[in-house]
Amino acid sequence: MEALRHYLRLHRDNCVDAVVRLVRQPFASSLTILVIAIALALPAGLRVAVNNADALSESWQGAADFTVYLKLDVTTDAARRTARTIEARDDVAGVTLVDRDAALAEFRAKSGFGEALDALNTNPLPHALVVRPESGVAADVEALASAVGKLPEADVVQVDTAWVARLRAMLALAGRLVDFATVLLGLAVAIVVGNTIRLEINNRSVEIEVTKLVGGTDGFIRRPFLYLGLCYGLAGALVATLVVTLGLLLLDSPVRAVAALYGSSFALRGLSPVEMGVLLAGGGLLGWAGAGLAAARRLRAIEPK
Amino acid sequence: MIRFDNVSKRYPNGRDALSGVSFEMERGDFVFLTGPSGAGKSTLLKLIALIERPTRGTVLVNNQNLARISRRRIPAFRQRLGVVFQDHKLLYDRSVFDNVALPLVIAGASRRETEKRVRAALDQVGLRGRESHAPITLSTGEQQRVGIARAVAPRPDVLIADEPTGNLDPDLSLEIMELFTRFNEVGVTLLIATHDLELIERLPHRRLRLVGGQMSDDKNRRRA
Repeated sequence: MEALRHYLRLHRDNCVDAVVRLVRQPFASSLTILVIAIALALPAGLRVAVNNADALSESWQGAADFTVYLKLDVTTDAARRTARTIEARDDVAGVTLVDRDAALAEFRAKSGFGEALDALNTNPLPHALVVRPESGVAADVEALASAVGKLPEADVVQVDTAWVARLRAMLALAGRLVDFATVLLGLAVAIVVGNTIRLEINNRSVEIEVTKLVGGTDGFIRRPFLYLGLCYGLAGALVATLVVTLGLLLLDSPVRAVAALYGSSFALRGLSPVEMGVLLAGGGLLGWAGAGLAAARRLRAIEPK
Repeated sequence: MIRFDNVSKRYPNGRDALSGVSFEMERGDFVFLTGPSGAGKSTLLKLIALIERPTRGTVLVNNQNLARISRRRIPAFRQRLGVVFQDHKLLYDRSVFDNVALPLVIAGASRRETEKRVRAALDQVGLRGRESHAPITLSTGEQQRVGIARAVAPRPDVLIADEPTGNLDPDLSLEIMELFTRFNEVGVTLLIATHDLELIERLPHRRLRLVGGQMSDDKNRRRA
């Protein structure tokens, strides 16, 4: 019991000592912490970006609307009838008619081809029906689209869900790349901390020598350096969390503005509490490991003479 | 307590620091190790503290053959040995208290025990009340006494010292020697290397003399 208390006290003292050491040389330690923070913020930020794109593409997945362009000679009345026919189907949730005259007016206003359109005598645009299927499953949508395409008034049916699938495949690839970057940058964090600890060990070689002379075990001598590594890693992870959160905050209102233009209520998702925990724990662990690697090599080399 | 059997030490550079040294010290002995510089005094002490290993021969401390102590078990051995250095080897970024407490903290003494022993050790060397001072603010003689307090705080059976008065004037040197005598009176075995012959002539203790790495003289040996 007494031994355990002593052991815990040593750990607490080491921990306090590590923090004091960081604070005592603010310039040097903040440089190291910033490097660690950047190396951690990069994969964390990319991860957040991929997660958001994922969430966004998921919300598109459901939107399996397709467009039916009617033949040019179909009148407005006939188009309305066709719309009602399609809407009556069980597998259709709704149909919106895009009137050819309204479409031309909108195109003229928004495309900038106004003068070119004036050169045309007739409206080149057909009536179009935007069909919203009851089901979002690709096969159901395909079946509905082909049934609708067989109607005599229908000219072309355009189902455009393939790009969503492509986007998701690309996002999966991006996720893999982020995994890879995470491993590499994590390694970089361990190396940065390891190198810093190596210098610290060199600076404190007298202390190490004296401690060995009065009977300090390897573990006793190593521990303060492990705690120093842990502190570096944790501090870096903390700054990285702040950087990512701040970045999201800065991007939030422009992203909302863009989303609003597309009629979406999409908002950026930040780091979840679990992700923050993983980031902090990962940073601390990498710092500890880097310090451990450096200490294992260097401490043995410093012997009393 | 300490026994050397035909011990030789050759350094990697080919220099023979000790050749065929044999001697024995009983528990409670107070022995001076003398001889010109380069005679091998420091090497002999380093063999006792396991800072160096002998090339040939056997060193026994407290009936323990040092050759059988592996690297991993050196710390436990050193915790029971007091060592005083000529250059004090204090840690200048810590207070006097923390310096003296270091071996106690390593050995796992409780806080109360540590405080008690640090006070007692500082009291013995005449530095009571200087716990919170920085070593750098103390004089050389006081720093040496802090080093001695650190060596005796864990109450070792054996205390070895390498030129503990090397940087001190004669009055301070005598004071340090009187300090060692008091430790000896409470049963500590002492082996002190010094070339200060003038000083030790005045003291009745046994004297081992090393010349060129060989034992040349053994004076005032107590006969059992």
